[in-house]
Amino acid sequence: MRFGALIGGLTALTVALFAVSLVTGPARTGVGAGLAALLRDDGGPLTLVMREIRLPRAILAVMVGASLGLAGAAMQGYLRNPLAEPGLIGVSGSAALGAVLAIQTGLAAAIPLGLPVAALTGAAMAVLLILALAGPRGTSLTLILAGIAISALAGALTSLVLNLSPNPFAANEIVFWMMGSLADRSFTHVWIAPPFMALGWGMLATLGRGIDALTLGEDAAEAMGIRLSRLRLTLIGGTAAAVGAATAVAGAIGFVGLVVPHILRPLVGAQPSRLLPASALGGAVMVLAADIAVRVVLPERDLKLGVLTALVGAPLFLHLIYKTRREIA
Amino acid sequence: MRAGRHIAGWLGRWRPGLMAALFAAPLTAGAEVPGRVVSMNLCTDQLAMLLADEDQLISVSHLARDERSSAMAEVAEDYPINHGRAEEVFLLAPDLVVTGVFSAAVASEMLERLGVRVVRFSPASSLEDVRAHILRMGAVLGREEAAAAMAARFDADLARLRAEAAVRPRAALYAPNGYSSGDRTLAGEILAAAGFDNIAAEIGFSAGGILPMEVLMMAQPDLVVTSERFPAASRAEELFDHPALDGGAGGTAPRTSHDWVCGTPFVLRAVAEMAEARRALEGQ
Repeated sequence: MRFGALIGGLTALTVALFAVSLVTGPARTGVGAGLAALLRDDGGPLTLVMREIRLPRAILAVMVGASLGLAGAAMQGYLRNPLAEPGLIGVSGSAALGAVLAIQTGLAAAIPLGLPVAALTGAAMAVLLILALAGPRGTSLTLILAGIAISALAGALTSLVLNLSPNPFAANEIVFWMMGSLADRSFTHVWIAPPFMALGWGMLATLGRGIDALTLGEDAAEAMGIRLSRLRLTLIGGTAAAVGAATAVAGAIGFVGLVVPHILRPLVGAQPSRLLPASALGGAVMVLAADIAVRVVLPERDLKLGVLTALVGAPLFLHLIYKTRREIA
Repeated sequence: MRAGRHIAGWLGRWRPGLMAALFAAPLTAGAEVPGRVVSMNLCTDQLAMLLADEDQLISVSHLARDERSSAMAEVAEDYPINHGRAEEVFLLAPDLVVTGVFSAAVASEMLERLGVRVVRFSPASSLEDVRAHILRMGAVLGREEAAAAMAARFDADLARLRAEAAVRPRAALYAPNGYSSGDRTLAGEILAAAGFDNIAAEIGFSAGGILPMEVLMMAQPDLVVTSERFPAASRAEELFDHPALDGGAGGTAPRTSHDWVCGTPFVLRAVAEMAEARRALEGQ
């Protein structure tokens, strides 16, 4: 079965890149020695590096990538619009705003779950706004315009909060919140964010039948017994949880939710429900690959993930705009 | 002697020499001794407050009052502050402006065009620079004797503090964003004077650079010296909370404080504090 082979191939690729991610880093260690130290505590610094620095980074790359890929596929399925992407339409940016507010007000330090919950709230508000402004009947034009407005507002407010911070380093971190990075993430971040991401995946995974039915139009979907209001709520909740938690720990990484479903769509026969698991795996592959690349290309600088994903994603975005220009014009 | 009184409080063991120097050096009569001095840089602020005669220094920069950066924040409360803007400084009608090479460059150029004498100090990058800066500040303020006394005291105290450590533990300076100062920096020399070897120098940073946490861990430092944290939060400082830092680095170290920032005699407090930390390590 072709779909089974695709999922199998993507899973194998994810596992392989996960292993490559574990052995990539500025501390030069042998591949075998590194993996051995990961599995068996050698009492030396190598185990510490593998377990406390590289392992959480690789785990987060998989989970953040899967969240973004899955959320992108779900939103595109629901809106029946290939331009819907958490980064482009301001969901990631609003999640970043929520996270920055939580960190700068001290909420994140006071309550362990303050950070992901605030980011989730930001993301949920953006999804609500997008659906209100450019719901299923909206055109690509309204979707993109609403997305630009929400992104710009969230980005401006994030910059404002960081510029007003009494911490002299905060303002330099605007680029992190806009571009995303997994550098120096620890298990602290693995414990707070992935539970929310997993919750989001669970919600988005139930959307399959609904978004398949929606390809026939809303009336047909309702005739098939799909409750659209409930579908919409699940989408909002799932996207907010997955993208919000991912952004809270890794910043806003753009284009993953755009590129991955676009590449995989023909391979799953353009069936939205099958695109969901494929995009989740594809997202993990893309973020793992980008995170390996930032460490190989410019190991001394903390090159942001969003730089690489945008280099791949922006030309594709232009291509999509070109294809849909008649609709937009 | 309003400044002198405060300094005495701050610099307990400096008292005899400093007070003697301040009292013993009358203003050398002559046109070149500036009567109204404004400082626009955190480091020249502190040197000027330490050396200027009563009422000679009329304003210091606002940073001088910042507890985190300034070792003389309390003393600076007694001085009117400026924000390094040409207009406000010009209106103070200074005879002399002392500032840093890199701070408020545009403002100091404008002041020069307006006919104000501006003297610029480069940042101190060694303990030898500290001594040179003290003497130079003394010269431009017409307070040579006070400066000579302070420099002599600095030399004597440094010689006493300079650790003859039998075993030199290996330490790393770890600032926000993982920046590590090498051996050819003021912070690096403070560390060396206290009897530590510097991990950054081992790795090949003599001036300084970003030290990835993995590389730091693999170097297995005996001590990691992080910096004092600023209010509110930043990812740059969140690095210090990384669990790997607890597991891989020796004991809890003192943090680099305002004593480490400028080339003033206060660096000796930093040396003393680090030497204390080294003895604590040896005791383990």
